Amino acid sequence: MRYQRKTLESPEWWQSLDAYIAEQKERNRDHVQSALIPVLHHVQDTFGYIPVKAINHVAQQLGVPTAFVCGVASFYSYFSLTPKGIYTISVCLGTACYVRGSQAVLDEFCRQINCRPGESTPDGLFTVHEARCLGACGQAPVVMVNDVVYARVTPEQVPDIIAQLTAEAQAESA
Amino acid sequence: MSDVTLTIDGVSATVPRGTTIMQAADTVGIRIPRLCYHPRLSIEGACRVCVVEVEGARNLVASCHYPAEDGMVVRTHTPEILQLRRDIVELLLDNHPEDCNTCERDGNCELQRLAYATGIRERLFAGERKHYEKDNLGPAIIRDPDKCILCGRCVRVCGEIQEVGCLGQVNRGFKTVVMPAHDAPMVETVCTGCGQCVNVCPTAAFLEKDATADLMKAIEDPEMIVVSQMAPSVRAAIGEAFGEAPGKAYEGEIYAAMRRIGVDYVFDTQFSADLTIMEEGAEFVKKLAEGGPLPNITSCCPTWVKYCETFHPNLLHLLSTAKSPMSMQGAMVKTYWAEKMGIDPSRIFSLAVMCCTCKKFEATRPELFVNGLPAVDRVLTTREFAWLLRNYGIDFTHLQPEEADNPLGESTGAGVIFGATGGVTEAALRTAYYLLFQKDLPADALNFEQVRGLKGVREATLDFEGTAVRLAVVHGLSNANEVLDRLIAGGEYHWIEVMGCPGGCVGGGGQPYAGANAVPLDECLLAQRASALYNLDAAREIRCSHHNPSIQRLYQEYLGDPLGHKAHELLHTYYYPRVPMGVRPQEAQV
Repeated sequence: MRYQRKTLESPEWWQSLDAYIAEQKERNRDHVQSALIPVLHHVQDTFGYIPVKAINHVAQQLGVPTAFVCGVASFYSYFSLTPKGIYTISVCLGTACYVRGSQAVLDEFCRQINCRPGESTPDGLFTVHEARCLGACGQAPVVMVNDVVYARVTPEQVPDIIAQLTAEAQAESA
Repeated sequence: MSDVTLTIDGVSATVPRGTTIMQAADTVGIRIPRLCYHPRLSIEGACRVCVVEVEGARNLVASCHYPAEDGMVVRTHTPEILQLRRDIVELLLDNHPEDCNTCERDGNCELQRLAYATGIRERLFAGERKHYEKDNLGPAIIRDPDKCILCGRCVRVCGEIQEVGCLGQVNRGFKTVVMPAHDAPMVETVCTGCGQCVNVCPTAAFLEKDATADLMKAIEDPEMIVVSQMAPSVRAAIGEAFGEAPGKAYEGEIYAAMRRIGVDYVFDTQFSADLTIMEEGAEFVKKLAEGGPLPNITSCCPTWVKYCETFHPNLLHLLSTAKSPMSMQGAMVKTYWAEKMGIDPSRIFSLAVMCCTCKKFEATRPELFVNGLPAVDRVLTTREFAWLLRNYGIDFTHLQPEEADNPLGESTGAGVIFGATGGVTEAALRTAYYLLFQKDLPADALNFEQVRGLKGVREATLDFEGTAVRLAVVHGLSNANEVLDRLIAGGEYHWIEVMGCPGGCVGGGGQPYAGANAVPLDECLLAQRASALYNLDAAREIRCSHHNPSIQRLYQEYLGDPLGHKAHELLHTYYYPRVPMGVRPQEAQV
C-alpha cells in the first residue's frame, strides 16, 4: 500500500496561501525577497516538502524570479524539494550521541526500512536522516520522529519503533 | 558629500565618502585584482580576490565593498596578501577544467589572466571536481556549468540590468550551480537570449551556439550560393577582435573579408534597416493619422520582442509589425533577389553576421520563414566571424576595402546608426518627417541629439511643425520596464524605442570580448563604438532611408507601396504571448 500524507492542500488552501503571501508582502514592502522564507515554511508545513508547482506559484505571487525562489529553497537544508515520508526519522550523530552508539542505531534504521540516509521508503511512510545535535545530549543517543523525541535508543529497539509507527499509520489510513 | 583621504600603498587618495577602497585605489593607479566585481552590478563580495589589509582591522577586507574612511591606511600587496590571493585563485582552478588550450575563451579569459597575474605557474593539487551536463539545446546560448566559478556576474546582469531573472544560484557550497529555475534548458525559460551573460562571464560558462561549421560546409558546397549580410554594429566593433583600439569602423574590410572566405554575394543589413524605416515609418505615420494604437514600440530587437512576449503580453499590440532588418533582408534575398537572379531560393544559404546572440533565436522563429524556407539560414556573432577570419588566415586589418554588392547592399546613413541606441528613432524621424510633410528635414537638422547618448532612459518632445511628438528611447531591459511602468500608469508617448542590450546593438551579446584592460558593458567602450557609427552616418551623402535608390527601385519593381499587400506579406510579422517556466506575474495592463 502507499501511504498518503494527510495533506491540507485544497482550493481553499491555495487561497489562504495567497492571503498569507499578500500579508508577508505587505510586511516586507521594502524588500519583498524577505517574504520568501516565511512563505516557503508555510508551503512545506502543508506538503512536507516544496513541490515545483508551489515554487512557481510563490514566485508569481511574490513577483520574484522563479530562479531566485529555487535558489533559496535549495540553499537551506530545512527545506526539501523532494517528498518526505509521513515519518521523518532523524538520528542524532552529534558527539554525545555518537560516542554512545548512535551510528549503530542509524544503521539499524536504514537496514530495517532499506534506505540510505536522506532517502524515503517507496511506500511514502519513512524518511531517514542523520541529524547533528538535537539539543538533548543528556538522553543520548537521541532519535526524533517528526516532533517526538525518543531517548536512549538502542539498535534492539528499532524494529519495535518501526512496527509501532507502521501500525499507527495503518490505523490512521483505515 | 564630504571627501575622505586615505593612504593606499603609501599613496594618498582623496575620494568622496562612500567610495570603496577598490574605487579609491583605481583613482591613484592601483588596480587591485578582482573577479566577481563589476562596476555596473551590485557588490557580491564572493570571490575574495580583492582582499587588502587595512591597518587596525582584525581581518583582511574585500576592497570591492569596504568603504574608504578618513585616515585609513591600506596595503594591497604585502607578502601575506599576495600569497593569499594566489591561494584563492588556485582553489578556483582546483575545481575548473584544465582545458585552456581547447577552450573558446582561451586568451580572453579573466580567470586565465588572473592565474597568470597572481603567479600560479604550476598546479599542486588535483581536487574533487564538479561535473554537470552542458545545456546546448537552445539556438542561441550554451550553458556549461563545468566552467563556472560562481562569481555570480551572469545572475546579476540577468536580474539587475535586464530584469529577466532567468538565472539563480541553486544549492549550497561545493554543489552550488548557476542555472535557470528547476534546471530547465535555457530555451524553455524566460531567457531572452540577449547574451549579456556571455559578455560578463569571466570564463566560458556561457557561450553562443557555434554556427561556423555550418557556414564552412555551405561555402564548400558547390550547389549552395552563400549570400551574406552584416549588422551595422559588427563594423563598429570587429577591429577590437583584431587588437585595434575601439571606435574605428571597418566596413569595406568586412565586405572584402567575406569575399575572401568564399561568400558569393555580399550584402548589408543596413539596406534592410532602410527598408525597415520605410515600413515602420509609414506604420508610425499611419498610426499618428488614425490616432493609434500608440505609442508605436520598435520591434527590431529580438531580445526585446521575446521579453515583451514573455513579460508584457498585453503590450504586444503596440509593437511595430515590421520585421527586423535581418529578417527583412533574408526575405528579400530569398524572394526579390532570387527571382531577379533566376536562382532557386532553396539553393541560397542566407548568412547573417550579427552583434547579437538572440538573432540566432530570431532566425528559427517559424513565422519569419518565407515560402517554407528560413529567411536567414545561419547567424554568426561578431566573435564567431572574427574567429573564422583567423582560421582562414585573413589579415583583416590590412585588407583593401571593397564595396558591397547591389542591390541589397546599398544603404544610407539612417541605416548605419541602427546599431546605436536611439539610432532607429533618429532614422525613423528623418523619414517620418518626410512622409508627414512631403519635404525633407534641413541637412543641419538631421541629427537628433536628444535621442543620442547612453543615458538609460531618454525622453524628448519634438515639435514637428506644430505637432508635439513624444518619444522615449531606452536600452537595457530594466530601463524598458521603467518607461513601460510610466506608460501603464497613463504616460503618453507616440514612439518608444527599446533595445535590449546596454548601448543598443553596439553592446550586443555577440560582440568581441572586452580586452585585457577593458570591462564588459563599459560606457566609454559603448560610446566609442556608437561614435564610429555616427561618424559613418555623418560622412554619408545620403542620410535618409527614403532616398536610398535601391530601396526606391525595390518598391517600384517588386513591393509596390510601403504597407502594401506584398510588403505586408513579406516584411511584417506577428507576436504571441509566451509562458515559459518562471514568468513574473504582473502582466502589464493598458
